[in-house]
Amino acid sequence: MSEPRYPRRSKDELARRVAQDIPDGAYVNLGIGQPTLVANHIPAGREVVLHSENGILGVGPAPAAGAEDYDLINAGKQPVTLLPGGAFFHHADSFAMMRGGHLDICVLGAFQVSATGDLANWSTGEPGSIPAVGGAMDLATGARQTWVMMDLLTRQGQSKVVATCTYPLTGIGCVKRIYTDLATLACTPEGLRLIDTVEGLSRAELEQLVGLPIIG
Amino acid sequence: MINKIAPSVEAALAGTPDGATVLIGGFGTAGIPDELIDGLIAQGARDLTVVNNNAGNGDHGLAALLATGRVRKVICSFPRQADSHVFDGLYRSGQIELELVPQGNLAERLRAAGAGIGAFFTPTGYGTELARNPDGTPKETRVINGRPHVLEYPIHGDLALIKAERGDRWGNLTYRKAARNFGPVMATAARRTVASVFEVVDLGALDPEAVITPGIHVSAVVQVPRTATRAGGLKEAA
Repeated sequence: MSEPRYPRRSKDELARRVAQDIPDGAYVNLGIGQPTLVANHIPAGREVVLHSENGILGVGPAPAAGAEDYDLINAGKQPVTLLPGGAFFHHADSFAMMRGGHLDICVLGAFQVSATGDLANWSTGEPGSIPAVGGAMDLATGARQTWVMMDLLTRQGQSKVVATCTYPLTGIGCVKRIYTDLATLACTPEGLRLIDTVEGLSRAELEQLVGLPIIG
Repeated sequence: MINKIAPSVEAALAGTPDGATVLIGGFGTAGIPDELIDGLIAQGARDLTVVNNNAGNGDHGLAALLATGRVRKVICSFPRQADSHVFDGLYRSGQIELELVPQGNLAERLRAAGAGIGAFFTPTGYGTELARNPDGTPKETRVINGRPHVLEYPIHGDLALIKAERGDRWGNLTYRKAARNFGPVMATAARRTVASVFEVVDLGALDPEAVITPGIHVSAVVQVPRTATRAGGLKEAA
């Protein structure tokens, strides 16, 4: 197999790509793992309010070493800070913010996303594994827009964008956009629509990688 | 005179019956009422159902309660953590029952219990494995305004154990930062709510505009020595 001619977006480049699309004034929840990187790439001059499911609006960057406060943590249980203007609230209010459609965007990782926006990101369904869901389902169905951020292909080279999810579902038709290391796609009732690709990757090549039609 | 200040954890938890459903506050490291959990272990009630966001970390607190074998069932959203080995062992050997609930449904089912709501329809979980009852039968669904919803029932507690920051003899409470999490909603959902506080203050000393849990929801307040919330309980990087 020859080396691909196109460069993959690094994790930081991908985070920057997602951050570009977050408008000034947006209320945003960043999922555990890779999505938290997006916070480091919000363009200068844009004010974005980050929500954490455990009852925080206005989440700030990680504290300096030694200044950690374990009463002030994010959903991944890592210490964070609170920006001026931030607020605390209880869990039922926090999830009412999601369910009630008050969050503009949530960015989540995924195992699989279907062309019509079904999301699988909480369980691989592996026998004997202990199931854990946290706030994944609430976020996926509650935010006004759910964006997924992930590598397009598995380590084995299989597309994580699929016709039908084979892993247990988190939500149906909830994903609006998929940001990947190779391309950005929109999920629509008609299927996938191309937003962009990395330089040198054509739509036809992308369709071949994904194995699904992509509207240009 | 109303005086909800309990002289000790032991006094606050005396009489907890076997078979009780116990709501325990906390999310990750924040808001876990460790002293009250230790008190429940000492009190000795058995056959408990525990409601918490997680299922214990390390070997202390909730994990220590699970290790006593006195918990029949855990209702939670995220039992799988890097250091949840006590729960893992009990679950894999079939010694503990798990009801897995999306986190927002957990919070809202508690809120519904405290607010006298008979049940509610929510879009969360529709079309997923968690739209099933523990016995595997599908939960009731309904399409409302074109969107499918799942019917969810309240979770009532016999006892809630929560960690607050300051309290007065009427049971009014304030919290600290993200340690608030499930505390206020669990306080409303249980027949008896016991809150640990670091400071007991005179009636009138709490700014009424800043009281988060009004004393009507609190049965007993017990002062514990101030300790910094400990590190740990970190999830494995996703």
